[in-house]
Amino acid sequence: MKFIETLINGLSMGSTYAMIALGYTMVYGIAKMLNFAHGDIIMVGGYMIFVTMAATGNPILGLLAAVIFCAALGVTIEKVAYKPLRGASPLAVLITAIGVSYLLQSIAQIIFGTAPKMVNIADLGNLSFAGITVPVYTLVTLGCSMVIMIILSLFVKFTRTGRAMIAVSEDKGAAQLMGINVNKIIMITFAIGSVLAAFAGLFMLMKSPSLTNTLGAMPGIKAFTAAVIGGIGSIPGAMLGGLLMGVVEAISLTIPEIAPYTDAIEFITLIIILLVRPTGILGKKRREKV
Amino acid sequence: MANLKSIKWKYYINYIIVGLFTILFAALSLTGMLKSSDVYLLEKISISVMLAVSLSMVVGFLGELSLGHAGFMCVGAYLGGKASVLLESALGEVPALVVSILIGGLVAALFGVIIGLPALRLRGDYLAIVTLAFGEIVRSIFMNSSDESFGGSLGLDTPRFDKKYLFIISLVLVLCCLAITQNLIRSKHGRAITSIRDNEIAARATGINVTKYKLIVFTVSSFFAGVAGVLYSYSNYTVQSSNFDYNYSIEILVMVVLGGMGSINGSIIAATLITLLNVELQTILTGNLAVLKDLFYALILIILVIYNNAPVFKTFRDKYNLKNLLNRFKAHNPSAVKDDEAKWDRVPTKIQMDEVLSVDFQTSSPYTPDKSEKGDE
Repeated sequence: MKFIETLINGLSMGSTYAMIALGYTMVYGIAKMLNFAHGDIIMVGGYMIFVTMAATGNPILGLLAAVIFCAALGVTIEKVAYKPLRGASPLAVLITAIGVSYLLQSIAQIIFGTAPKMVNIADLGNLSFAGITVPVYTLVTLGCSMVIMIILSLFVKFTRTGRAMIAVSEDKGAAQLMGINVNKIIMITFAIGSVLAAFAGLFMLMKSPSLTNTLGAMPGIKAFTAAVIGGIGSIPGAMLGGLLMGVVEAISLTIPEIAPYTDAIEFITLIIILLVRPTGILGKKRREKV
Repeated sequence: MANLKSIKWKYYINYIIVGLFTILFAALSLTGMLKSSDVYLLEKISISVMLAVSLSMVVGFLGELSLGHAGFMCVGAYLGGKASVLLESALGEVPALVVSILIGGLVAALFGVIIGLPALRLRGDYLAIVTLAFGEIVRSIFMNSSDESFGGSLGLDTPRFDKKYLFIISLVLVLCCLAITQNLIRSKHGRAITSIRDNEIAARATGINVTKYKLIVFTVSSFFAGVAGVLYSYSNYTVQSSNFDYNYSIEILVMVVLGGMGSINGSIIAATLITLLNVELQTILTGNLAVLKDLFYALILIILVIYNNAPVFKTFRDKYNLKNLLNRFKAHNPSAVKDDEAKWDRVPTKIQMDEVLSVDFQTSSPYTPDKSEKGDE
C-alpha cells in the first residue's frame, strides 16, 4: 500500500517534470537550442498566480493570467534575445539564454524581494480509498497533466500547425521551401512551452506554497535532465523521462538512508541511462554523414 | 629569420604580461602598498583565469560543451583543503600547500578521467548535461558528508595561510597552467585536438586517436580546475559546497565564450574583466542597490553576446573591430609576409615556369622573369 502511495506521489511529481521537460524538448527540437531560461518562466508564472490571487482570490483566474503572461513573455524573449542570434553558434544562444535566466530572476527579486511568498491555492485535503491515502492535489496534478499531454500529442499529430512543427524539427530548410513560415512555428513553440511552464508553476505551488525567485531553477535542471533521459527532441520521450524522474525521486525520498542524496541519485540515473543508450530512451540515433 | 622572431614574440606575449604583473604586484606588496582587499582580488582573478584557461581547452579547442567545471573545482577544493588540514602540522605551511595542490589537482584529474570515459560515447548537448549532472552529484555528496570528514553543510575549514604570498603563488601557478596548456595546444597533439573540434569524422579518418585526445584534454583541464579549487580553499579559509553550483560553472563558461572560443588570451582577459566587474559591482551597488548587480550582469551578458554573434551586426563588426582600428595606425609594410603565404615576389605563370624549367641553349639572352623590364629595354 505504501508503495502505491509512493508511486502516485512520484507520478504526480513526474508529470510536473514532464510538463517542463516538454517545453525544453519542443524548443530543442524546433529551434535547436537549450533554453536555459525555461525554468524561470515557471517562476514568473508562479508570481503571476500570486499577484492575481492576492487581487481576486481566485486560483483559476490566477492560472489564466499566468498562462497568458507566460506565453507573451516566452514569445517576447524569443523575439528579442534569440531571434537575432539565429544562424550564430549554438553556444552563443546558450549563453544568451543563461543571461535571460539571470535577468528574469533578478527582475523578480527587485519587484518581489528575497523573502518567500506564501501562495495557498486551495486546501484539497486527502483522499482515502482501499487503504491508500494520497493528497488530492497529486491526483489533480496527474489528471490535468495527462489531459494536457494528450491534447498536445493530438495537436502535434493531427493539426496543420503541429505537423508543420514536426517538419521544422526534421529539416528547417526543407520546411521553409515547402511554404512553412519557420519564424511563426518557432514563435508558437515558445508560446506552447511557456504555457506548459505556467501550468507546472501552478502544480508546484499546489505541492509547496513557498514562492521565491529561484523556484524554477532546480526543477528546470531536473526537467532538462528528464528530457535528455527520454531523448531530447522527442515529445513522448520527455513525458516518459519526466515520469521516470518523478518516480525515482519519490522512491529515494521514502528511504531515509538515501533521502539526502535524492538529487545525486536522479543525476546518476541520467548517467547510467545515457551510458546504455547514448541518445536517451526514445531518442533517434542519427547516422553521421560526411 | 625575421618571421620566426615575430612568431615567438606572439607566442610568449601572455607569459610576459602575466609575469610582469606578478613581479609588479610582488614588488608592491613588499613595499606595503597593496591593501588586503587588493590581494584578495588578485587571488580571485588568478583563480578565475586558471579556471577559464582550463575550460577553454575543453570548450574552445576540443569543441565539447562542459557545464560541470565547478564540480571538478569542488573536488579539488575539498580534497586539497582536507589534505592541507591534515598535513599542515606535519609538514609546515609551504610544503603542505604544494602537496595539497598536487593532491587536489590529481584527484580532480582522476574524476576528469572517470567523467571523460563515458563522455566519449556522447556528444554535444548530451555531454553538456552529463557534466552538469556530475557537478550536481559532487556538490550533493559533499553537502551531505559527515561533519568530521568534510564538514557537511557547514563547510570545511581550511588552514590560514600567510596571505601576503598566496597571490604570488597563485600567479605563478597561472603561469604554469598557461605554459602547459599552450605547449599542449601548440604541439602536434594540439593540432590533433583542434582537428577533432573542426571535424571529428575527418579527424578519425586521418588516423587521429579521438578517444585518447579527448581523455587527455579532459584530464588536463580538470587537473587545473582542481588546482584552482585548492587555491580557492586557501584564499577563503573555508570550502562550502553551495558555492560550486551550476551557476558558477556557467560563469566560467561565460568567461570562455566572451573571451572568444579557441583563444587563450581572450579567456585570460575576459576572466580578469568579469571578476573585476563582479567585485566592482558589489562595491559600487551597496544597500538597496545591491539587487541591481545581477540585473546589470545579465544585461551586459545578453547585449555583449548578441552584439558579438548576431549575423545582423556582422558588417558593422567587421568595419569597426579593434584589429582594423589598430591597423589604421600602423604604417603599411608590404615586405611583411604572412608566415603561411608562399614567398614569391610575383607568382610566375605557367608559361614562365616552362621557361624556367626548359633547357635554354641560347646563352646570349638569359631569362628575365620580369616581362615589363624587357618591354622597357
